[in-house]
Amino acid sequence: MELKYPIVEHMEPGHLACAGCGAALAMRLALKVMDEKTRVVIPASCWSIIAGRHPDATLKLPLIHTPFAVAPSVATGIRAALERLGQRDVTVMVWAGDGSSYDIGFGALSAAAERNEDFIYVCYDNEAYMNTGVQRSSATPPGAWTTTTPYPTLKVERKKDLVGALVAHGIPYIATASPSYPQDLLTKFRKACGIKGFRFILVLCPCPTGWRMEESKTVQVGRLAVESGVFPLIEILDGRWRLTHEPSWIPIEEYLGAQGRFAAMGEGEKAAFKQWVQERWESILERLDASGSSPVLSG
Amino acid sequence: MIWAGSKDLLNRGVLVRTVLTGAEAVAHGVKVCQPQVVAAYPITPQTHIIEKLAEYVAKGELEAKYIRVESEMSALAVVAGAVAQGVRAFTATSSQGLLFMHEMMHWVAGGRLPVVMAVANRAVGAPWNIWCDQQDMLSQRDTGWMQVFASSAQEAMDLTVMAFKVAEGSCLPVMVALDGFVLSHTAEPVELVEPQEVEAFLPPLDFPLRLSHHDPFTLWPVLEPGLYHRERRDLFKDHARALEGWAAAFERWGEVTGRSYRPVDGYRLEDASVVFLTSGALAGTVRYTVDVLRSDGERVGLVNLRLFRPFPYDHLRESLASVERVLVLDRAISYGAEGIFSQEVRSALGGICPVQCCVASMGGREVTPEVIEDLYHRSSIVSEGVVLWS
Repeated sequence: MELKYPIVEHMEPGHLACAGCGAALAMRLALKVMDEKTRVVIPASCWSIIAGRHPDATLKLPLIHTPFAVAPSVATGIRAALERLGQRDVTVMVWAGDGSSYDIGFGALSAAAERNEDFIYVCYDNEAYMNTGVQRSSATPPGAWTTTTPYPTLKVERKKDLVGALVAHGIPYIATASPSYPQDLLTKFRKACGIKGFRFILVLCPCPTGWRMEESKTVQVGRLAVESGVFPLIEILDGRWRLTHEPSWIPIEEYLGAQGRFAAMGEGEKAAFKQWVQERWESILERLDASGSSPVLSG
Repeated sequence: MIWAGSKDLLNRGVLVRTVLTGAEAVAHGVKVCQPQVVAAYPITPQTHIIEKLAEYVAKGELEAKYIRVESEMSALAVVAGAVAQGVRAFTATSSQGLLFMHEMMHWVAGGRLPVVMAVANRAVGAPWNIWCDQQDMLSQRDTGWMQVFASSAQEAMDLTVMAFKVAEGSCLPVMVALDGFVLSHTAEPVELVEPQEVEAFLPPLDFPLRLSHHDPFTLWPVLEPGLYHRERRDLFKDHARALEGWAAAFERWGEVTGRSYRPVDGYRLEDASVVFLTSGALAGTVRYTVDVLRSDGERVGLVNLRLFRPFPYDHLRESLASVERVLVLDRAISYGAEGIFSQEVRSALGGICPVQCCVASMGGREVTPEVIEDLYHRSSIVSEGVVLWS
């Protein structure tokens, strides 16, 4: 891959994330391709804490914290002001969790996408309300334990297809990324920076605390998510779909078995989980085919 | 109505006089302040304000980014983002919309953003009601916003301009209230203020906390309890200081336009024993009723509470120093207690005289001079603490 791993750091050491936090790693990587003018907008989330307690600041960038549901709206206001001030070269980036993006702030996200606001919206998805101590969100996958879906209930519903929802808005750029694939992530963020209009990047961020796994396994579990096909790495530029990494199709059990949150799944739940993953892939393959970029998939 | 001080300017052709609804008057007041960003979400009876602003932007009379958001919460969030980036911004709302903004209102005040928002006062559901009372605004009493109530379309325009001045001078947000329909939809003669006149009054916004990459910092991070406590103390103290900001703005506005305002207006107070206290357009009706009662030999007067936050304690005590009884015509209630203005006024007067609560109107129930007279007579035979309903 042509992209070198940039040494630039806009994130300081000593942040307040849990050990092994995928969301901290994702931010560090993403900022490597952003410039120092970037405005970062963070709604209530783990990152409200990770960013540091005054006067400490994890990011060396202008950052604004917002209420839970309105980060895209605050970003809209910042963008509008920058435009009126003639500072069009400044990037605005919302960095929001799944609780904000999938649930409480979904309306504002949809509205900003519909208006094709000129900023990057990143959903760092750790698949539950982790900052409040692991409660179910609509991003939580089926079969997962959380404190509000305790054994023996578990999460029954499928994970909301947020990418699909954003596709329906017809925005210029959508991508999924994983900090376990830094080159892929960096390429997508760099590409997003060069596009005007609403750009959406969904980053799956393993959370050792909520996923019930060892802190040292973050990168590994992120890889298992991608290689098992649970989290496809894709890119949709102006409606054209592209698979940016072909999974090696390891058994889904390897991904599930690496995390305590799935430990209570029975055979029925596992079958339902696999069915969900398979149906998503069928849909993705159709889209790829329609975009003329069908991969050759084995498995 | 022609203001005494402005007759001269009018005669010399300096002032342009026309007929506007309260909503249009607010929109004009906003236009001359030249906000860079306007966020708009419709709600009755505020909608005409943002519609008029849309027209100004479409015609190029106002150069601003006009953002059509999906909710009131987002309207205020867009405005917050714009001001945090250092430009003047405006939005307007009413009733349910104001309630929907509640979380963001605390955020804006705590964030020290000098936002100006017009509120066309309207009842809140349930049950549904689109007509005027002040429950929407007074339910936001403790959010840290300043609150002023206009009694006429002229005032709505003037207070809008002054609100920007005071907000930006104190880094505190302001709600400018106008009675829904009664003011927002009623056309009255208004003296227009032109941009060049406002230039002398309102300097460009210089928000000290604006986002910058030259000196990057974090807006609104987690504060440990001691620092948070101090921030809240500063917010509290700066509210009290903003009284001086309003006094200065009223004075300067008088110099620029010939129209003078005070935090509290008195009418026929000189020998009054019973004084009505109210706010907004209702003050006009009460003023007329005072004259009627006076002609019947009743020694009554009126206090119009224009500035509600910060609360003008001294002005109010001064106005009511020698009266026997205050009759508060409330249009917002603290359920389980009594009218909100009644509580506030009693607290401010500290036992100088009895303060009686009359709930004059909820949800637009008509308040005629007869209704006020009836409340006046009924109040004379009940003691303080008995809440009278019209």
